[in-house]
Amino acid sequence: MKLRRSMLFVPGSNTSMVCNAFVYRPDTVMFDLEDSVAIEEKDSARLMVYHALQHFTYDDMETAVRVNPLHSIYGLLDLEAVIRAGVDIIRLPKTDTVEDVLQMQEVIEKIEFKIGTDKKTKLLAAIESAQGVVNAVSIASCSDRLMGIALGAEDFVRDLHTQRTKAGSELMAARAQILLAARAAKIHAFDSVFSDVRDKEGFIREAKYIKDLGFDGKSLINPNQISVLHKIFAPSKNDVEWALDVIEASTNAKEKGLGVVSIDGKMVDAPVIARAQWTLELAKASGMLGGDE
Amino acid sequence: MSKIKKRAHAGTLESSDAFIEIEPIEEDKIKIELQSSVEEMYGDDIRELIKKVINELDISHISVKVQDKGALDYVIKARLQAAILRANDDEKIKWDKL
Repeated sequence: MKLRRSMLFVPGSNTSMVCNAFVYRPDTVMFDLEDSVAIEEKDSARLMVYHALQHFTYDDMETAVRVNPLHSIYGLLDLEAVIRAGVDIIRLPKTDTVEDVLQMQEVIEKIEFKIGTDKKTKLLAAIESAQGVVNAVSIASCSDRLMGIALGAEDFVRDLHTQRTKAGSELMAARAQILLAARAAKIHAFDSVFSDVRDKEGFIREAKYIKDLGFDGKSLINPNQISVLHKIFAPSKNDVEWALDVIEASTNAKEKGLGVVSIDGKMVDAPVIARAQWTLELAKASGMLGGDE
Repeated sequence: MSKIKKRAHAGTLESSDAFIEIEPIEEDKIKIELQSSVEEMYGDDIRELIKKVINELDISHISVKVQDKGALDYVIKARLQAAILRANDDEKIKWDKL
């Protein structure tokens, strides 16, 4: 699975952010054409993102765009622009049902066919309502284009008649449901943004919590949160040493034609090897094995 | 070649952006007024880019006023195209011309 710890939201109307977001090296940059863009700037933000997606500074970075809903007058125009520009992922806003995903998929397929591209744009469904959380299991497995589901907490807590708290108890059920739905469908699970950018301790606490739950990553609104998040997702030195030992032992066993091997008396089987490989991927991305950072 | 319908603008005066105002004029020309902190080094390139974008959209008889705040090429392009689409109340975008 591709590493997607950090997904940085970049308002399509903020030129400076659009031009410079690549510098901060998020795993995925998410240009927003929806809620962060004022109605009167929807057209210019769409054009800005259209050109940014094609600029070489984003060539080696995964790109996503949160488009406006299809029932708005902007949704189809957004899709026409960003699919032509070669975006990797479309983030569906406010996904409540399987039909929301399938309708979006159908429109994307038509545009891809019209422009004659071989690229298969992926989908990320944002779950932002009680209905969406209840339907998360069926949503997560309804399309082979769906690479993940993400919790959109601000709208969700409004729908739940509560508000966000530091403890996060209001999101407990939604996080569990979204995570399980994603894991059952073998797609990514992303946690919501942490809105108070001044509260670094609170961000760290929440990021550690969602990592321990099993989320792949988190949506971010401030570039300063990226390196903090990546450090939290980095494995410990002991974990890396263990993973290297596991891979070495399993490679040796394979060469000798042995099916099962043990390290320190513990059996090393396929799930353990997969976990070790994933640990090494994280270590590499965290600069612990000559990777990105 | 066509003439834009009315005055329009796009962009901001924030850093890395450009504020572009356009209006239709009588003369068959592209009149460009450029204010840029990088005028000396990139002024000619920016003017060439503006002409190229306007020609690609088959526009003539136009005055373009650009206040550049260190914008990348694609930002100037996006702002100018947005202004032209606004000037024509254009909803059917010809993507192959952008």
